Amino acid sequence: MASNKTFDFKQNIAGALADKQLRSNFKNATDTLRGKRLAVFTDPEETLRLRHVGNQIKRAGLNRLPELLEQLEAKCKENGIIVHWAETVDEANNIVLSIMEQHGAHKMVKGKSMVSEEMHLNKFLEDKGKLPLETDLGEYIIQLNNEPPSHIIVPAVHKNRKQIGQIFADNIPGVSYTEDTAELLAIARGRLREHYRTADIGLSGVNFAIAESGTLCLVENEGNGRMCTAVPPVHVALMGLEKVVGTLEEVPALYRLLCGSATGQRITTYFNMIKGPRKPGEKDGPKEVHLIILDNGRSKILADKQLRQTLQCIRCGTCLNHCPVYTRIGGHAYGSTYPGPIGEILMPQIEGLDKKGNLATASSLCNACEEVCPVMIPIPALIRRLRDESYDMDENGVVKGHGCKKNLLETVIWKAWKYMQVYPLLNTIMLKKLQLFGNKLPKVGPLKAWTSVRTAPKFARQSLKDLAKKEGIRNE
Amino acid sequence: MGNNPAKVKTVYYFGTCLVDMAYPKAGMAGIKLLQREGVEVIFPREQACCGQPAYNSGFRQEAKDVAWKQVQIFSGNDYPIIVPSGSCAGMMKYHYLELFKDDPEYYDVKRFCDRIHEITSFLRNVLDAQYTDKGAPIKLTWHSSCHARREMGCTEDSKALIRQLKNVELVEIAREHECCGFGGTFSIKQPEISAAMVHDKVEDIKSTGTHKFLTGDCGCMMNITGHMEKEKVAIEGQHIAEFILERIHG
Ligand code: SF4
Repeated sequence: MASNKTFDFKQNIAGALADKQLRSNFKNATDTLRGKRLAVFTDPEETLRLRHVGNQIKRAGLNRLPELLEQLEAKCKENGIIVHWAETVDEANNIVLSIMEQHGAHKMVKGKSMVSEEMHLNKFLEDKGKLPLETDLGEYIIQLNNEPPSHIIVPAVHKNRKQIGQIFADNIPGVSYTEDTAELLAIARGRLREHYRTADIGLSGVNFAIAESGTLCLVENEGNGRMCTAVPPVHVALMGLEKVVGTLEEVPALYRLLCGSATGQRITTYFNMIKGPRKPGEKDGPKEVHLIILDNGRSKILADKQLRQTLQCIRCGTCLNHCPVYTRIGGHAYGSTYPGPIGEILMPQIEGLDKKGNLATASSLCNACEEVCPVMIPIPALIRRLRDESYDMDENGVVKGHGCKKNLLETVIWKAWKYMQVYPLLNTIMLKKLQLFGNKLPKVGPLKAWTSVRTAPKFARQSLKDLAKKEGIRNE
Repeated sequence: MGNNPAKVKTVYYFGTCLVDMAYPKAGMAGIKLLQREGVEVIFPREQACCGQPAYNSGFRQEAKDVAWKQVQIFSGNDYPIIVPSGSCAGMMKYHYLELFKDDPEYYDVKRFCDRIHEITSFLRNVLDAQYTDKGAPIKLTWHSSCHARREMGCTEDSKALIRQLKNVELVEIAREHECCGFGGTFSIKQPEISAAMVHDKVEDIKSTGTHKFLTGDCGCMMNITGHMEKEKVAIEGQHIAEFILERIHG
């Protein structure tokens, strides 16, 4: 979703929670996706072993990222791929635009790419009078409805069949309402085929870029990715700089983890390996292939050993499907390109704690995300780290906007809390006070939030310490 | 009484701050279940909170100070430290290590962490506690805290103890894996989301058709029963230790 200054997380949450249809759509969808994942990862020991392999590969790759990226660039060039580096999304957008302009291109067909969402590329190109068209079915649906994705794998997850039928009827000239899936598919296919044939340029993301051979790997199920990268005369691939892997041998494990976690598949219908433009004598493929490698804050994340783990992410989306918060508020509420647990750790690092730090409060730290993450990112620990940095009591934070939540009231409360835990006398006094007045506390502040849907906590007349003393339990 | 194959003679007990303030009977029941296995229980009265609320809220230094105090309080002997809460046990067993990972105190802290046990795991696996049910037939359900399940891995131990009680029928809830929405200060910082989560959890519990749920964590219990009371749902929540003690006394 367009990250803008008016991002109001509280308001988004309230809106999402009030939408019953949305909540049931999400619950059904995430239940299905959870079930599919479970059906493919049936042996917990084997799954854990595979996740360790995935974790090793990604960690090792990040540890020598500059070297791998250099190798990738060199190999891509050898293969005839034109490589561009973009430090910011602005730079990346302008590179895309300049490629389009060089070729006098107007219409772009797009395969699924979260990096292009991160760049808000569609809006950028539209403002320049270009026509970017999403071809992934889910992306196609939400583009028709002028919405951002609500999930990183299943962008239209928040819509049910009836709503999709309505979107088609409202936005595609000459189409009348139907909720028949086959008919809807046929309508989309018919439209998209025409676009592939007439597009001036095709764009895609990259799932894995292999450094040793300069190969771009693309995982997809619909074949639209292959159309976008093979039919138009020019292909532009976008990747975040963490997508590089060392060797071909590393790909199968990551591919299996990605497919199994994302959609519960062993393999996808298509796995594209792109090694350059059409060669003399070849009958198809684009005449020109570009690769844009985007930083957008990633090298800063890489510099911190703990935060670096964020970049292990292979964008499978399974942490979203298993997150009790995401399941209830849906992707749009996060107001960010990446929602759910991965968004909670990635967005505050990319955009700053002052802008997106609140995302890190949307977790009960239940550890469900960590339990399933295929590359074993310790998401809860990173959420805690970002919370620490938001208050940054020691002024040594490294994330942009650190210390933004620092405030006297909370500081005083936690200091007071600490003294009551550390000094037994204070602890005893506090317990006595709670026994006497705890049940009559005015319902303001935290207690107000708590009691909006719960009765107030009841404090016991005698604490465990009192009882243990009475019962003569040894105290040492 | 006291089938204690490992011959544990003495244990420390960490009551948790919530048990201390709001559920002391549950805490006492845990002590009695341990004593029943022939174990002497020491309850150092200077103990306080495990530090988790500050740790999860972005106040790491405060959490660390409180953690260090607890480590010192239990450093007199190398007895096992028994905790009637999966969540606090997880904090003390795993997160203290993380808090002190760069400090010279690390090995003192590690010695402490290695001695932490959740109570139902300890009763089942170390003390091999055997229970004879003297209560009337009852159907109930079980709520597992996220950290009991995903950090301490003690959910199966808790359920195994309940299954020893022959007049008790344990009906499992559909979405046992899902958080009840407590999450310490999460329930205060994100009250609306937390409310939606606890609401769904209560619906799940209701759909088991039972009138009682057990749990090993008083945070979840306060959250769930608080919502039930507010919604006038006639289901009772109880800490597993308190329940077992009642059943074996008839
Ligand atoms: S953080 Fe892990 S689970 Fe979430 S999208 Fe990334 S790889 Fe998948």
